[in-house]
Amino acid sequence: MLEVKDLHVTVEDKAILKGLNLTVNAGEVHAIMGPNGAGKSTLSAVIAGKDGYEVTQGTILFEGQDVLEMEIEERARAGLLLGFQYPIEIPGVKNIYLLKAALNAARAARGEGEIPAPEFMKLVREKSAQMKMDTSFLQRAVNEGFSGGEKKRNEILQMLVLQPKLAMLDEIDSGLDIDAMKVVAEGVNSLRSADRAILMVTHYQRLLNHIEPDRVHVLVDGRIAKSGDKDLALELEARGYDWVLEESVA
Amino acid sequence: MASEEMEQLVRREYKQGFVTDIESDTVPPGLDESVIAFISQKKEEPQWMLEWRLEAYRRWLDMTPPSWAHLDYPPIDYQAISYYSAPKKPEDRPQSLDEVDPKLLETYEKLGIPLHERAALAGVAVDAVFDSVSVTTTFKEKLHEAGVIFCSISEAIREYPELVRQYLGTVVPQSDNFFAALNSAVFTDGSFVYVPEGVTCPMELSTYFRINAANTGQFERTLIICDKQAQVSYLEGCTAPQRDENQLHAAVVELVALEDAYIKYSTVQNWYPGDEDGKGGIYNFVTKRGDCRGDRSRISWTQVETGSAITWKYPSCVLRGKESIGEFYSVAVTNGRQQADTGTKMIHIGENTRSTIISKGIAAGRSDQAYRGLVKIGSRAKGARNYTQCDSLLIGDQCGAHTFPYQEIGNSTATVEHEATTSKIADDQLFYCRARGIDEEDAVSMIVNGFCKDVFQELPMEFAVEAEALLNVTLEGSVG
Ligand SMILES: Nc1ncnc2c1ncn2[C@@H]1O[C@H](COP(=O)(O)OP(=O)(O)O)[C@@H](O)[C@H]1O
Ligand SMILES: [Mg+2]
Repeated sequence: MLEVKDLHVTVEDKAILKGLNLTVNAGEVHAIMGPNGAGKSTLSAVIAGKDGYEVTQGTILFEGQDVLEMEIEERARAGLLLGFQYPIEIPGVKNIYLLKAALNAARAARGEGEIPAPEFMKLVREKSAQMKMDTSFLQRAVNEGFSGGEKKRNEILQMLVLQPKLAMLDEIDSGLDIDAMKVVAEGVNSLRSADRAILMVTHYQRLLNHIEPDRVHVLVDGRIAKSGDKDLALELEARGYDWVLEESVA
Repeated sequence: MASEEMEQLVRREYKQGFVTDIESDTVPPGLDESVIAFISQKKEEPQWMLEWRLEAYRRWLDMTPPSWAHLDYPPIDYQAISYYSAPKKPEDRPQSLDEVDPKLLETYEKLGIPLHERAALAGVAVDAVFDSVSVTTTFKEKLHEAGVIFCSISEAIREYPELVRQYLGTVVPQSDNFFAALNSAVFTDGSFVYVPEGVTCPMELSTYFRINAANTGQFERTLIICDKQAQVSYLEGCTAPQRDENQLHAAVVELVALEDAYIKYSTVQNWYPGDEDGKGGIYNFVTKRGDCRGDRSRISWTQVETGSAITWKYPSCVLRGKESIGEFYSVAVTNGRQQADTGTKMIHIGENTRSTIISKGIAAGRSDQAYRGLVKIGSRAKGARNYTQCDSLLIGDQCGAHTFPYQEIGNSTATVEHEATTSKIADDQLFYCRARGIDEEDAVSMIVNGFCKDVFQELPMEFAVEAEALLNVTLEGSVG
């Protein structure tokens, strides 16, 4: 589904990713771990198309399409969705309005008409309940005045409504208490399916107790230095990241 | 006697080589006392009105245009303007929509303006463009039953001279400022509203009903009086871009609210801003002021401004009555090479008066705008309160927004709060929306509309919807 090959990325002339390779297949859940500043957020931001990152080498393919040739919104409509580490506030724009605009944009890209209002309301109510969010959140401005946990739940709510093919979640667990973490994890788990993939960025093992990954990758110094199954996460938790770097250099 | 004086005036001018043909429908460019006499006579005005105009003119001669505004425009030659011209004859106007600038029609389409109105707005010569006669008639009957007077200012001067004489110029004096003085001397059009004591006007009054009656005047004069416990909501303008051969517009609007009266004045203005280089755009210099004369009266200005090459406009409230309330909600959008210098003045005179100012400025392209707000608390205004919030949003990095808050506090028991923000249309907000699949233009319009929401919700429903569409059209192409 997603194939990243030899990806080199610089930010303000500073090399951040230096030849990163990653393959994610449909039905899989991958976790990218690594120390602060390793480039984890950079990876998901580049895949989503954020400005300010220069790809100097390498390719990103999503279902065979050249992602780097696509506009940000085209990527999203194709089913490549990024859940933000720090969701953005948009004063005056109702949450439900953004959801509807996003859903209709994706439908239009698939050649479908706008979703009928009753159907949309039903869908959104159901998904809000699943995220344990009061429907009053739908009428509030996007993320404005939301607590950290509410923002994160709102990100997952968007995923549940938009049903991406590849969900990228950047530090979706940061700032969550244990109850909120469970709600978020259940939301993410409900996205798991044979035709969908999930890419989680995190530097804590904690989240992986709730969302069990198929593959765990360690991003150090701009590359995937080591990959393994979920046990690798436990090992990282116990030993830190330094040994991975040493091993990979050796 | 009156006509003798006038004849004298005319003759005096004639000696100086200036000929005014009273039978003609236009006067040649230029301004002097004979031109004013001509206008007054054309309008069949009483003598006092002529004298009032002449007094304004004489004061104007000694005045100079304000130079402190944050605007840059070539000096206007006031002798090159014709101060009276009857509406164009049908044969001089476009004969069908085929003769109208396709770009203008495209905009009408985007704004969702009904077909039958497009012709009228574009100035096409069609009679009974829409069923205005019957609409106006039913409308007038309903108002008449309620005792509300709503007519043109010229008609009011003829039909209700005592009312006009009692209030005209009491809010904006003739010599208030350069443009107000000019307007007082030469105004030819505008509306008059009087709502009698205890009456809530049964409908929103709109200049819409006059769209095809006359071209919007170059020097409009509007006077609205709300008697004790009366209420009215008045809508000015229309979202359609209006072209006008008259580049200079200098309107005066006066509002008077007596005890417990409430006047809500909403404007959506979309003058032609000129081409990309600002050529051919309207210069709009407006004096709008409301006088909360009675205790507990309230005046509320809401405006959405998108047009003009140059806008100079500060709707203000004079809070004279005890516990009176003044409000100003404004969205100003500039794009291309537009310049706007807008703001408000809240003058607190009475005790426990309150005012609220919410101003949202959006600048895109190479435009430039300034917000200028004065909050003045007089020495007798015990317990007066003001809240000002003033936000600017920049789209791109070639535009500018400037905020100039002025405060003059003459009473220590007053509370004045001011908040101001300037933000660039945040790249991260745009990215967030686009990363949800929403295309860039829709994302911009969504963010901008959200930014303006506090003001839009003050507009009457119908206007709010139009304003949103207007904003989108105005900002089209401002990103990417
Ligand atoms: N917009 C930016 N401008 C400058 N440096 C940046 C920017 N974004 C990321 N970086 C730098 O790139 C490196 C990787 O950052 P990031 O991808 O956020 O790491 P991680 O998510 O793994 O903690 C860091 O050194 C960070 O300072
Ligand atoms: Mg990060």
